[in-house]
Amino acid sequence: MSSEGGATGYIVHHLTPLSVGEGFWALHLDTLFFSAVLGTAFILFFKNAAEKATTGVPGLTQNIAEMLIEFVDQQVKDTFHGKSKLIAPLGLTIFCWVLLWNAMDVIPVDLLGLIGSVMGIEYLRVVPSTDLNATFALSISVFILIIFYSIKIKGVFGFAKELTCTPFGPWMMPFNLLLKIVEEVAKPISLALRLFGNLYAGELIFILIALLPAFIQPLLSFPWAIFHLLIIVLQAFIFMVLTIVYLSMAHEDH
Amino acid sequence: MSINATLIGQMITFTLLVWFTMKYVWPPLIEALEERKQKISEGLAAAEKGQEDVKLAEKRAIKYLKEAKAESANIIALAQKRANDVVAESKQTAKVEGEKLIEAAKAQISQEIQQAKESLRKEVSSLALKAAEQILQEEVDKAKHKELINKVSEQL
Repeated sequence: MSSEGGATGYIVHHLTPLSVGEGFWALHLDTLFFSAVLGTAFILFFKNAAEKATTGVPGLTQNIAEMLIEFVDQQVKDTFHGKSKLIAPLGLTIFCWVLLWNAMDVIPVDLLGLIGSVMGIEYLRVVPSTDLNATFALSISVFILIIFYSIKIKGVFGFAKELTCTPFGPWMMPFNLLLKIVEEVAKPISLALRLFGNLYAGELIFILIALLPAFIQPLLSFPWAIFHLLIIVLQAFIFMVLTIVYLSMAHEDH
Repeated sequence: MSINATLIGQMITFTLLVWFTMKYVWPPLIEALEERKQKISEGLAAAEKGQEDVKLAEKRAIKYLKEAKAESANIIALAQKRANDVVAESKQTAKVEGEKLIEAAKAQISQEIQQAKESLRKEVSSLALKAAEQILQEEVDKAKHKELINKVSEQL
C-alpha cells in the first residue's frame, strides 16, 4: 500500500493526515471533511425525525431518535439539577458526533485509503477522533462554555472568589489560584486526550493487524473490532457525561 | 500531530451543530415525548375510570334487579290476595242470591198452598152446599142462607 515501503512506512502513511498549508494555518482536510459529513448525517437524521415527530405511534427513525434523546435527557437529569436549554442538546450533539467519528474506525483501514488513492488523494486519515485538532475542538468549546457559565451564574466576582479562596481560604490565595487553574485546565486536556488516545491506539492496532499475514488477520481483527465497538460507544458516552458533569459543576454556586 | 487551524474549523462546525440541534432537533422531539407521556397517562386514567364506572353500573344493575324482584313478589302477593277476595266475594254473592231464590220459591210455594187451600175450600163449600141441597131436597134460598154458607166455608 505504501509508496515508502516497509511496515513503518505503512503505519506512518496511515496516520498522516491529508493537509494543506504550512505551520499553524495548515488544515487537515480529511478531518474537516469526514467530521462535516458525519455531522451533516447526524443533523439530517435528527431533523428528519423532528419533522416527522408525532405523539402517536412513532416510526423507526423517530424511535431511534427518541431513544437517544431519552438516554441523553436521563443523563442530564441525573447530574444536572438546574434549568438549561443548552446542556441536553449539547450532550446529544457530542454523543452522536463522537460516536459517528469513532464508528469510522471499524471501516477496514485500507478501504477508504484505497478509494482515496484511486481518486488521487495520497494521504487519508478517516477517523476524526484520531486527530488531536478534532478532540481539542470539542473539549475547548466545552471549556469555553464552562468558563462562560461559571461567570454567568456566579458573576465575575464570585468566579474570581472561587478561583482564589477555595479550597484553603483567602490566606493561601496564590496556591489556591494555581490549584484551581490546574483543575480547570485539566478538564479540556483530559477530555481531548482520553478520546484521542483511545481511538488512536485502536486505529494503530488495526493498522498493525493489517500488516500481519492475511490468514491471521481475521482471527485478530474480528475480536479487536468487537472489543472496539465497546470503546467506540464508551468513549462517546464518557465525553458526553463528563461534559454534562463539568457544566453542572459550573452551574453550582458554592 | 500538530495543533493547527483545523481546530478552529472543527470548533465552528461543532458550534453550528450544537446550535442546530438546540434550535431545530431537541425541542420538537422532546415535546413529542412529553405529549405522548401525557397521552398515555391520560389514557390509563381514563381506562381506570371506565373500569370503576363498569363496577358502579354493575352494582346499580344488581340493586335494580333486587328492587324489581321485590316489587314483582309484592305484585304477585297482592294479586293473590285480590283473587282470594274476589272468590270470597263471589261466594258471598252466590250465597245471598241462593238464599233470595230459596226465599222467593218458599214464598211462591206458600202462596200456591194458600191458593190451593182457597180453591179447595171453595170446592168443599160448594160440594157441601150441593150435598146439603140434595139432603134438604129443597131449594135453598141463597140470599137467605148466604151468611150461613159463608160462615161454614170460612171455618173449613
